[in-house]
Amino acid sequence: MTTNAHIEKKRLETPPATIKFKIQRREKEGAQAHWETFELQYRRNLNVISALMEIRKDPVTIEGKQTTPPVWDMSCLEQVCGICTMVIDGKVRQSCSALIDDLLLASNSDTVTLAPMSKFPNVRDLKVDRSKMFDHLKQVEAWIELDGTYDLGPGPHVPNELAQERYAFSRCMTCGCCLEACPQYGDDNYIGPQAIAQARLFNMHPTGKMTAEDRINGLLGDDGITNCGNAQNCIQVCPMSIPLTKAIYETNRDITVNTLFGWLKK
Amino acid sequence: MASSGLKIAIVGGGLAGLAAAMKIAEAGHEVDLISVVPVKRSHSVCAQGGINGAVNTKGEGDSPAKHLDDTVYGGDFLANQPPVKRMTDMAPEIIYLFDRMGVPFSRTKEGLMDFRRFGGTLHHRTAFAGASTGQQLLYALDEQVRKWEVGGKVTKYEGWEMLSLILDDHQVCRGLVAMNLQTLELKSFAADAVIMATGGPGMVFGKSTNSQTCTGSAVGACYEQGAKYANGEFIQVHPTSIPGEDKLRLMSESARGEGGRVWVPRDPMDARKPKEIPDADRRYFLEEKYPAYGNLVPRDIATREIFQVCLEGAGVGGENQVYLDLTHIPAEVLTEKLGAILEIYEMFVGDDPRYVPMRIFPGVHYSMGGLWVDFEQRTNIPGLFAAGECDYSIHGANRLGANSLLSCVYGGFVAAPSAMEYAKNVERGSSESNGAHAAELKRQQEINDSIIHSEGGENQYKLHEELGKVMTDNVTVVRYNDRLQATDDKIRELQDRFKNISINDSNLWATQAVPHARQLTNMLNLARVITLGALNRNESRGAHYKPDFPERDDENFMKTTIAEYSAEAPVLSYEPIDVSLVEPRKRDYSSSKKKA
Repeated sequence: MTTNAHIEKKRLETPPATIKFKIQRREKEGAQAHWETFELQYRRNLNVISALMEIRKDPVTIEGKQTTPPVWDMSCLEQVCGICTMVIDGKVRQSCSALIDDLLLASNSDTVTLAPMSKFPNVRDLKVDRSKMFDHLKQVEAWIELDGTYDLGPGPHVPNELAQERYAFSRCMTCGCCLEACPQYGDDNYIGPQAIAQARLFNMHPTGKMTAEDRINGLLGDDGITNCGNAQNCIQVCPMSIPLTKAIYETNRDITVNTLFGWLKK
Repeated sequence: MASSGLKIAIVGGGLAGLAAAMKIAEAGHEVDLISVVPVKRSHSVCAQGGINGAVNTKGEGDSPAKHLDDTVYGGDFLANQPPVKRMTDMAPEIIYLFDRMGVPFSRTKEGLMDFRRFGGTLHHRTAFAGASTGQQLLYALDEQVRKWEVGGKVTKYEGWEMLSLILDDHQVCRGLVAMNLQTLELKSFAADAVIMATGGPGMVFGKSTNSQTCTGSAVGACYEQGAKYANGEFIQVHPTSIPGEDKLRLMSESARGEGGRVWVPRDPMDARKPKEIPDADRRYFLEEKYPAYGNLVPRDIATREIFQVCLEGAGVGGENQVYLDLTHIPAEVLTEKLGAILEIYEMFVGDDPRYVPMRIFPGVHYSMGGLWVDFEQRTNIPGLFAAGECDYSIHGANRLGANSLLSCVYGGFVAAPSAMEYAKNVERGSSESNGAHAAELKRQQEINDSIIHSEGGENQYKLHEELGKVMTDNVTVVRYNDRLQATDDKIRELQDRFKNISINDSNLWATQAVPHARQLTNMLNLARVITLGALNRNESRGAHYKPDFPERDDENFMKTTIAEYSAEAPVLSYEPIDVSLVEPRKRDYSSSKKKA
């Protein structure tokens, strides 16, 4: 038996009768944004997605105006696909795991505010286009080079500690929270912590190590790792608790060593 | 397209689709990869527990033959056995390939891959990466396919939804029509072969453990165009899900695999906190009834037992819930082995399962049925292939835990060479010139236009809710013929009312209303296949359970159900099963001696 060391979660004791959802609307990319507010009956165990689903069914604003249904992205609803990320009460996070009780408790109000992420093109309402994040992965060659997919037996022995360390990086679901929060990210100035951590993930692997230089080269350009301003916002908002600042530090260290060896070779 | 190269379209970018894409690109051919979401966000990420392969690193004498036996026995002898054998034979090399791709599998002290035990087997056969193995395997394939994308072999169409196949005058598949989910633009994709890898139809049940993208819509479209759908009635209900308003969240079988115990208080109204209830006042009903397998009986059995206990009013607090208890295991062990799935519970319920027993109830989880394929993953439509959950071929009447990730990759690895072989030999049609592409595009545009202009006042989301409810109530754990008939009547009523929907979005840019309406049409068709398949199978087998026909009836029903579309109702027929490798025997998990 383990000792019962955990702290019971604080719960919303006196919920309001109704909850208001203030949602940023935009018809399409480039159109003017505006706000609309919707009202729902309070009930327990509601999350932001359930609320949006209900609003979508019959979108009428608090003023009684029939409007278009809010558009947002959703898929797994278990916080592993990353798609439903938005800015909720000013904080970037996944909407599936944003429980209404917790939000009301934190804001001490009866209103939840929903806005799209600001660092990516806003397709419509709460939906954004994050395809740039997948381009980042191409830039750092975030993969293991294989000789082929035919049967060549198992991979190299790996200590469990290293496997667990890599697992932490490998949980990145490309949600973009770190980029939304990073003061340096935007206007293609900086590739950002997401790609640096993925480069690190592969550079730590016994096979990946052999092509580490290719990945590091992807981080040495004008938008490279030196643009990190060490604000450390990324690690605060990462929903998977990925040690992003450690990845940046260790990658910088690798670059220094690499530069030194490069210099010695000449 | 270079004249010597083949062009293969793959619909779906989960494990099966990416596995096929990687193999085709590696062989030097071109892939158009069509996916409703960026492929890295596919439903495969939700698989938690692991992937099976009889690697036998624990000195238990495990072998692919035993894996085959467990799989067909667990599937209650409804699967054709040769493809299952091929899969279990291939399993160790599939796992080793993922190891080489850098998947952070949990390791032993020696630095080898570690294996855990899962339901329906007595062997440590399941490789795992933390508690998010599906995510880790999907990412590994996503990375490899991204390399091929950079190399120009794979072109991704993410944010596109397939609407229909393009069939020429001889019913040969020449490509497909898909819709851009942002602009609603329709586009025809010409291809020498098409591989369906679109996953399961969980959304037919409204709430399930599936992702919102798992509508079965594209497969429903294939069915309507003549593809055979097999064993639709076999829907796996996962014994342990976390009920929620938006979805049912999975509590992985690995929670039982790592020692989780299922129990209810002997007195359902026992007011004490669960940890204060002594063992004597607890009923570990799985361990009592199944001493050999205990909490690790296969899913259909665990589901039915939990369902039954709650039906008798013996659930916790008299409600539809039982305890799944891990609190006897040290917290740090749980964190390492099950961290991610326990976080899910805490995140969505608010209790920490390392200290408080979880409350769970069965939820719709997986479709054993799907597109009919032969042993080379070919559907009955020439040029159309299928792999993964959207095909029916591996799991029979019930799927074992950690066999789904394996069957996805296996399906992709077989469909790819099979599609390439077909494409090399098929006579290239001049289908574009004979107008098949233009005609299909026009037909699909007309369907979209009619949805946009329909003004009957029915609400599409409410229709979907009604469908989900009637399917969940009557076509899941326990099935009665009168209720199945009533369900089919209800589905036909919903199909009628669908003709009178009014989409409630006047802004068609990136609207969800038109795609959802298209999906709902296909979901209603699949719902009929599932329901009528169940109605006509008067026996109990695997996940399909009828109290009025409680026994398995091999003489009449050891057969694959085949459904073919017709406007009035699915036309059902039955096909014998190849049981040449493992002789059918009664399925009994109450003792470990399961040989007849």
